[in-house]
Amino acid sequence: MKYMLLLYAAPDKEPAYGTPEFDEMMASFAAVSETMVNDGVFIGGEGLQGNETATSLRIKSGKVETMDGPFAETREHLGGYYVLDVPDLDTALKYAASIPIAHFGTVEVRPLLDFNQAG
Amino acid sequence: MKNAAPKAIAVNRLVEHVMRQNRGRLLAGLITRLGDFQLAEDALQEASVSALKHWGRSGPPHDPVAWLMKVSFRKGIDLIRDRQRELRKSDAIRIEALADAESKTPQIIPDERLRLIFACCHPMLEEKSRVALTLRTVCGLTTREIAAAFLDSEQTMGQRLSRAKAKIKSKGLCFAVPEPEEWDTRLGTVLSTLYLIFTSGYVNEDTGPRDLCQEGIFLARLLNELRPNEAEIKGALALMLLTDARRPARVDAHGAIVPVEDQDHRLWPEDIVAEARKILENAVRQLQPGPFQIKAAISDCHMARPTPDWPQMALLYGSLWVFEPTPVVALNWAVVLAETGQAELALQRLDELQSSLSNFQPWYAARAHILEKLGRTSEAHTVYRTAIQLAPNDASRKLLSRKVQAITI
Repeated sequence: MKYMLLLYAAPDKEPAYGTPEFDEMMASFAAVSETMVNDGVFIGGEGLQGNETATSLRIKSGKVETMDGPFAETREHLGGYYVLDVPDLDTALKYAASIPIAHFGTVEVRPLLDFNQAG
Repeated sequence: MKNAAPKAIAVNRLVEHVMRQNRGRLLAGLITRLGDFQLAEDALQEASVSALKHWGRSGPPHDPVAWLMKVSFRKGIDLIRDRQRELRKSDAIRIEALADAESKTPQIIPDERLRLIFACCHPMLEEKSRVALTLRTVCGLTTREIAAAFLDSEQTMGQRLSRAKAKIKSKGLCFAVPEPEEWDTRLGTVLSTLYLIFTSGYVNEDTGPRDLCQEGIFLARLLNELRPNEAEIKGALALMLLTDARRPARVDAHGAIVPVEDQDHRLWPEDIVAEARKILENAVRQLQPGPFQIKAAISDCHMARPTPDWPQMALLYGSLWVFEPTPVVALNWAVVLAETGQAELALQRLDELQSSLSNFQPWYAARAHILEKLGRTSEAHTVYRTAIQLAPNDASRKLLSRKVQAITI
């Protein structure tokens, strides 16, 4: 079963460069992704640029409307994601808990919708 | 700090990528300067940890590989300094020399991987250690991946690797490209190590997380790039590519092995076969014959269509015999002779080999096949039975069983 782990964090809650918390976060990220790769569950994952770089698009009455930034103003921003292939939700949650962002933000775990059960 | 977490993910990916692509090259450069395998590995490890921190702040440097080399080198010197407390002054001088060398380190990193490959495949090391050390250092496989490929425990493989590194250090094994008078034999050891890596992947298909066939081809390509005028390197590369091209065709839908002459050549990737033939042509043009080129040429003739070029193969086995007068070469030679209408002679040669190849399964398979050709079907039947009993895997057992069933006594 494939799961997407969506990483949300409030920018002002992130550890600052030069602090021991920052170094720890970097080391934890390295350890987490190495574990995912070694366990053979890692499908993909990327970090996103800040949400001020977002462009949002809608079509209203047949007309494309774009705007800078995300639609919803939320305190926590989507900062990155992982896609993992694991047997069950418990395993996905175990990996989610090891992502350092869980300490100061939120990790949302969502199963991918897969109509092709055979594959 | 804005965006720290997303950057952490992105930087991780970059560091992983740079390390995967350049690990061998970085290690080779570090070992050359620091003169110590383990120290170089430790220093590179520490540098990659610092890369996560520093690149995570303001993005990666302009030249990540040069950055890693520079920082690893400094980490290496720091590590030596740490150990120095217990050591004598001679090391202090060494550090001075190293620090001096650092200031002169040019921006362009010289490629030291050729030296590294020769050190990893030093004849002083055991064959299996050569394979493991090359996979670890040049290809960047983890100890766990190497252990999985050879069905060893991670701990055993780890010990083997550290023994090999310690041996290189204690014997002061020169980390250098061999002198011209040694070159041919040392190159032979390197090529047979690479070929062993390749065949390990070919034999235990799908056992490890990394495809050792591809690692073997990667190494042969690398060596060919570093020493472009060496005919035997080209020969080994061509042989690996031709063998690899046959992978999709070598087992049929029922799981039985398909002999090369019966394979559907449309299943062979055309581009790989064409590339291999071109490499082999270039090699032969250099007029420095050697066993790998001959084996590649034999493979090429075996893959000729509509039928293999058996007479040419028989001649090539004659040339191979000059380089490798081994019973296995004699066996394969005899099999080819049988295909050129000389089955009686082939059988006679096989019988001469019986004492040196007792319990060697291919000997029984070959003998059964030749007896069948000669119409001595009931004898063939018996020998096929023995060959089936000794078969190394299901796929070859299936092929032989089918042949037995086809015999009408």
